[in-house]
Amino acid sequence: MPNVAIQAIGLFKWFGEGEAKTMALREVNLEAQFGEMVYIVGPSGSGKTTLLSVLSGILRPNDGKVLVEGVDIWGLSSDRLADFRLGKIGFVFQDYHLFPRLSTAENVAIPLILKRKGWDEAIHEAEKYLDIVGLKSRAELPPVKLSGGEQQRVAIARAMSGQPDILILDEPTASLDGDTGSAILSFVHKNVLNKDRCILVVTHDERIYEFATRILKMEDGRLRGSQERAA
Amino acid sequence: MKGILRLAYKLLVNDKAKFTALLLGITFAVFLMIFVTSMFSGALNHACATVINIGASLWVMDPAVETVSNSVGMPDYVLDAVRSMQGVKYAVPLYSGGALVKLSDGSYQSVTVVGLDDTSLFGRPDLIEGKIEDIYAENGFIAVRDAEFPKLQNPHVGSELELNDHRGVIVGIAKVTTSGLYGLPTLYTTYERAIQYIPNPRYTISYVLVEPKSTNDIPRIKQQVEALGYRARTKKEFMQKTADFFIYETGGGTNILIMTAISFIVGLSISGQTFYSFILENLERFGALKAIGTKSRDLVGMILFQATFTALTGYGLGVGLCALLIWLAKLRLPIYAAMITYGNLAIAFGLVVVIAAVSSYVAIRRVLRIEPFDIFRG
Repeated sequence: MPNVAIQAIGLFKWFGEGEAKTMALREVNLEAQFGEMVYIVGPSGSGKTTLLSVLSGILRPNDGKVLVEGVDIWGLSSDRLADFRLGKIGFVFQDYHLFPRLSTAENVAIPLILKRKGWDEAIHEAEKYLDIVGLKSRAELPPVKLSGGEQQRVAIARAMSGQPDILILDEPTASLDGDTGSAILSFVHKNVLNKDRCILVVTHDERIYEFATRILKMEDGRLRGSQERAA
Repeated sequence: MKGILRLAYKLLVNDKAKFTALLLGITFAVFLMIFVTSMFSGALNHACATVINIGASLWVMDPAVETVSNSVGMPDYVLDAVRSMQGVKYAVPLYSGGALVKLSDGSYQSVTVVGLDDTSLFGRPDLIEGKIEDIYAENGFIAVRDAEFPKLQNPHVGSELELNDHRGVIVGIAKVTTSGLYGLPTLYTTYERAIQYIPNPRYTISYVLVEPKSTNDIPRIKQQVEALGYRARTKKEFMQKTADFFIYETGGGTNILIMTAISFIVGLSISGQTFYSFILENLERFGALKAIGTKSRDLVGMILFQATFTALTGYGLGVGLCALLIWLAKLRLPIYAAMITYGNLAIAFGLVVVIAAVSSYVAIRRVLRIEPFDIFRG
């Protein structure tokens, strides 16, 4: 596996046209390696989420390239791009987006089911991931019966169940108290990050900076600086 | 795909409130559509009672006849002419008309009198009491035990009645497949006695019943009858002619069409609205699925499966409910004219498919329009 997980070259993204045109990304270049936990930080409206969306194959840039493991993802057809996201990327959304009518195990099994695994096999495998995040005993419960921190861990288990090379966490501590947020990121750093996986985290919660390998600062759609950390 | 469909199934049925509302909407719509059309089918079936009960393959009649109960008398030579036509195995006359019966308590009751060919008794009903040959006895009549039977004060073999100042004796009790539409009891007798007892215009043959040598002869017989200035209709055609009269000439068809359309609109409104709100409630999650890597065709498959499953379940429940209520109604009211036909079921099924298609089309458009990026933005 090449060591460069994601490479962004000259990314531009804007919304609207004419007077309503808003620049979200201005010539963004970055590189993230496997084994890295890269934080993208900055004030609201600086373009963090837009960058994350472009890097993960969700939002098409107006210009520039995104190479994931050497593949130009925006050159793929929409079906191939969906397959790419399913196979390579794990998402942990800010609001988790768990299905309240499904059990916790069924939620975690979703990427496996989408990969055409049999139902029982997918649930069995999902329970293993729930075990990793310490929630095996809650497998049968619906997510609404779990605390915010537990729901976040379910979302992480769901993201991990697809065995992605790249994990994307969007404001992972936004809905959590300080201690729980730190505990979650500590868990991710210890148990999810490895030499074959790259983790991108968008946050403006300084309390969790300690877990970052590198911190990229964004401002007005530009990367303004990079700070290496010995996490 | 099986796992994805199971996922769709769980998302649907685990939302019990919405799923119940969806099922109620479809069930209610199907129930109304089938109930309304089955009442009409039942009425049409009763309107064709004589055609069904007599069971002749081919009926010769005056061209002006619209329904079986409104016959126009034909001269005797028509019978002779038909008998001499190529392809005719045999032909017999049938009398069908109305009469007034004076009952033992002095009250009067209108009845339908069917006069069967004296020689063959073609079209005779199945007897549950008495012997068929007693129909030849003096003043012999056979009463039909159907929903109207009590109007003759539940006669038995040997009961007497007065028919247009003629004495009549019940010599048998019969059962028939279908009772008439107009709520009148039916009496069977011989053709000769019928025209003797009941005042008639110049021409007395209501219908000539024809048995062709083979079904291939039917078109030829029809041609020959037409050349004679009359019409020959098969049993099916005669029933269709009667049905067409009620559908197109009485306003009944329009009423049924309006009722069915209202039922359809009610079902579409309830189900479409509920399904759409179900999709709206889960829109962000569908967006999350899209972001994770679900292909558009898988999302479409999930929605179509949910809509189809709901529609078919609601259809089954609606049909079952309708059948149950008709069965219960017939237990209490034997005359109750409602009949579920394959046609009713097909119409309701077609409209349920439309409801499912419209609901899923609206939902699919909404889901396909959602951008996963919106999920990130929150």
